[in-house]
Amino acid sequence: MLELLSEMLSFSFLLRAVAVGALVALCASLLGVSLVLKRYSMIGDGLSHVGFGSLAVATAMGAAPLQVAIPVVVAAAFLLLRLSENSKIRGDAAIALISSGSIAIGVMVISLTSGMNVDVYNYLFGSILTLSRGDVLISIVLSAVVLVLYILFYTKIFAVTFDENFARATGIRAGIYNMLLAVLTAVTVVLGMRLMGSLLISSLIIFPALTSMRIFKNFRSVVISAAVTSVLCFFIGIFTSYIYDTPVGATVVCVNILVFFIFGAVGLIMSRIRRKKYAGL
Amino acid sequence: MALITCRGVSLSYDGNPVIMDLNFKVNTGDSLCIVGENGSGKSTLVKVLASLKNIDSGELTFGDGLKQREIGYLPQKTDAQKDFPASVREVVLSGCLNARGILPFYSKADRAKARENIAALGLTPLVRRSFRELSGGQQQRVLLARALCSAKKLLLLDEPFAGLDPIASADLYHIIKTLNESGITIIMVSHDVKSAVFCASHILHLHTHQLYFGDTAGYIKSEAGKRFLGGAINA
Repeated sequence: MLELLSEMLSFSFLLRAVAVGALVALCASLLGVSLVLKRYSMIGDGLSHVGFGSLAVATAMGAAPLQVAIPVVVAAAFLLLRLSENSKIRGDAAIALISSGSIAIGVMVISLTSGMNVDVYNYLFGSILTLSRGDVLISIVLSAVVLVLYILFYTKIFAVTFDENFARATGIRAGIYNMLLAVLTAVTVVLGMRLMGSLLISSLIIFPALTSMRIFKNFRSVVISAAVTSVLCFFIGIFTSYIYDTPVGATVVCVNILVFFIFGAVGLIMSRIRRKKYAGL
Repeated sequence: MALITCRGVSLSYDGNPVIMDLNFKVNTGDSLCIVGENGSGKSTLVKVLASLKNIDSGELTFGDGLKQREIGYLPQKTDAQKDFPASVREVVLSGCLNARGILPFYSKADRAKARENIAALGLTPLVRRSFRELSGGQQQRVLLARALCSAKKLLLLDEPFAGLDPIASADLYHIIKTLNESGITIIMVSHDVKSAVFCASHILHLHTHQLYFGDTAGYIKSEAGKRFLGGAINA
C-alpha cells in the first residue's frame, strides 16, 4: 500500500494533481456549505458549464486556459447572482439557460476549430494530465486567497447565510458578501474544473456539505467536517483511480457518494438513539 | 427630535401600492404596535424601517443619531432556516456582528453579551442545541436574543407571536415590556391586537391608508379601535 503510494507520488504530474485537487476540494467544500444552505447549489453547476465554454474558446484562440476562464467565470458569477436575486426572472431557469448555452457555444467553437476530439472529453470529464507547473502555482496562490478570505469573513458569511434580511437590517452589507461567495466559487470551480471535469466539479461543492449535514448540527462543525471529508474523499478517490486506472473526477465523486450514504446511515441511527433517549426520560 | 418621523409616505409591494400617505412619529422610549388585516402593508412598513425596502414617495427620517448598526430586528422565519445546521449560540452571536465593523472575529465582550441575552430569555440549557430542533416558541426566543444583541436603541419585531401558544406569547410580551422599560424603543407588527394594546404605548392601524395613529388609550376609544377590537376591551 505504502509502496504503491510512494510510486504514485514519484510521478510529478500526479503529485501536481494531488496538490491542486486537495486544495480545490478544501475550498469547494467550505464554500459549498454556504451555497447549499443559501439554495445556490445550482450556481456552482452553472459556473462549471460556463467554464467549459470559456476553456473551449481559450483553446481555440491559443490563449492560456486559466487566464481566460477565471475572468469569464467570475463575470458569469456576478450575472447569475443578479439573476437569482431578481424576482422577475426565475433564478433556476436563468441558470439552466446560461449553462446549456455555454456548453453549446463551447462545443460549436471546438468543432469549428480543432474538431471534437480528446480535448472535449477531458474538459467534460477531467484529466490529471492537464495541469502544467504554472497552473499549479496559480492554483496554490488562488486557493490560499480563497481560504484566507473565507476564514476572515467566516462570521459574516454565517450571518448572511443564516438570515440575509437580518444581516441587511442591522447594517451588514450582505450584497458584498454574496458577491464574495460567488467570486470565490467561480475561482474554485475554474481551478478544479480541468482535473475533475466541468460536468463533475459541482459535486465537490455540494456533496461534502450535504454529507456533513447528515450528522452535524451546528454550522462550525458542518464546515469542519465538510472540509475534512472532502479532502479525504479526494485522496481516496485519486488513489483508487491510480490503482484501477479509472478517471479521477468520476472516482472522487463515487467516493463522495459512498461517504454520503455512510453519513446518512450514521445520522439516521444517531437520531433514532436520541429519540429513544428522550422518550425514555 | 423624534427617533423616527414619517411624513406622507407611500409604499408598494411587488410594484403594487399597499399604503398611501402615512404620517406618524416614534419617540425614544415609545413602544409602537402596528396592527391591521393581512395584506394591509404592516410587514412592508417594517421592512422599510429596517432599510430592506425603499419608500415610493414621502419622507422618512431617523433622528436622535440613530444608526443602522444600533437596530435590532426580528424578521419572520425563512424557509432556509428549517433545515439550517446552527447552534443556538452561533445564531445569537451573529447578532453581535453589526457592532464589529470590519473586524473578523467576535470579542470576549460579544460572547459575554450573547451569553447574557441567552440567559435573559431562558435559553441557557439549549445553548448547544441545534436551531432546527427547537420548538417554534424556542426558535422565536433565539431570534429575539439575537435581535437583542444588535439592538442598542431600536428593536423592530415582525410578527413576534406568530405560531406561539398562549403561554409562550405571554412570556414574550413580558420580555418585550421589560426591554421597553429599560429604554429600548420598540416597533412591532402583530395580528393579535387585543394583546398588543396591553403592551404598546402607541398604535398605528393600517388598512391601505392610515386608519389610526396615536396613543393606546385613544385607540381603544376610536372608531377603528372599537371595530377591530370587537368591543372586547372596556376602557
